[in-house]
Amino acid sequence: MSENITTLSDATFDEFVGSSDVPVLVDFWAEWCGPCKQIAPILEEIATEQAGKVTIAKLNIDENLDVTRRFEVMSIPTLLLFKDGQPVQRLIGAKPKGALLQEISAHLG
Amino acid sequence: MTQSTKVLVVGSGPAGLTAAIYTARAQLNPVVIEGEPSSTSDQPGGQLMLTTEVENFPGFPEGITGPELMTNMRAQAARFGAQITTEKVTKLDLTARPFRAWVGGNDGEPDYEATSVILATGAKSIMLDVAGEERLLGHGVSTCATCDGFFFRDLPIVVVGGGDSALEEATFLTRFASSVTIIHRRDSLRASKIMQERALANEKITFLWNTQVTEILGDSKVERIGLTNTLTGEASSMDVAGVFVAIGHRPTTEIFANELDLHPNGYLAVHQGSLTSIEGVFACGDVQDHHYRQAITAAGSGCMAAIDTERWLESQGS
Repeated sequence: MSENITTLSDATFDEFVGSSDVPVLVDFWAEWCGPCKQIAPILEEIATEQAGKVTIAKLNIDENLDVTRRFEVMSIPTLLLFKDGQPVQRLIGAKPKGALLQEISAHLG
Repeated sequence: MTQSTKVLVVGSGPAGLTAAIYTARAQLNPVVIEGEPSSTSDQPGGQLMLTTEVENFPGFPEGITGPELMTNMRAQAARFGAQITTEKVTKLDLTARPFRAWVGGNDGEPDYEATSVILATGAKSIMLDVAGEERLLGHGVSTCATCDGFFFRDLPIVVVGGGDSALEEATFLTRFASSVTIIHRRDSLRASKIMQERALANEKITFLWNTQVTEILGDSKVERIGLTNTLTGEASSMDVAGVFVAIGHRPTTEIFANELDLHPNGYLAVHQGSLTSIEGVFACGDVQDHHYRQAITAAGSGCMAAIDTERWLESQGS
């Protein structure tokens, strides 16, 4: 995995998302989810191309049930965009890169 | 800039990738437009990307998962030189040769020019098209049991449909759910015998026959569904946490429906193996198969399309 993507856990989630200066896009995923694997390379690209505008992070739902439940994730992949520690946008299901960027663009500086 | 190719394969399920393997080994340097990520069956790798174990694809005595099988096929096509791109064809012009294809937009210069085209666009899942379905998609309504089953641990769920995929999903979901009710609008299943026996023998699975879902209810997530008995018209409701939709598929023909002959049932019409109504355009897989619709028949028809393409290109002296 790219060094541009941060792996989060129940223990590190709040601190990381709350203290970030730029919006954080969190990818809720699991090993057994086919569509999650399809968007992984797209998120790698966005992490590199949009560095400084948005931070990409991943949370494995299998291992981190607290955060997964707290944000009522019921389908993966789910991408949640956090701004100042608060969720501002929810994207459910795998999407092409263009569509994904377009949907989050309003929240990026 | 327009890229020229001898063979353009549209789609990347078992049909498209088998066609790619064969045409690549014939040194035709095929370009495969594999599609774009989505959580429906309309995505790179096709319907198998959303399945779990595939037990009937020959060569895998212990079974193999759908995504693994498709990852292998893709790697095999790439190994022989197929150029695979993660794009979606948005427009095709088959009126003259070379055929032209656009990805991501319909204007300006075409992205690809091709001497021959192999259409392997497959089929998309059909949704129920009832109130609440779209609003609650991802909040209890799911088209992907393997993705979302995990979230329904110890909860009651329903699977809508009566074919192999409905029964496979239902059986898989019993790993998580407290109960799985299969809702089918008829009183018999079209699923294969082995899948039927497995589902009927599973203690967590019950069947609701002659029943249709009329609406899906819940504020922020699925709480209840409305039902109608298809024989008596009687309405009822049922408390559920999850609705998995597996009522079947529709061939993906939008980008060429006005250029090629279709079968009256909407599938792409083929003759003499894989030939379509336009010379130089071939078809394989579920987009043209309204009868078998299996991974192995899709792969087989992909091979047929590749061989037909190769011979046709030879006859054209190219």
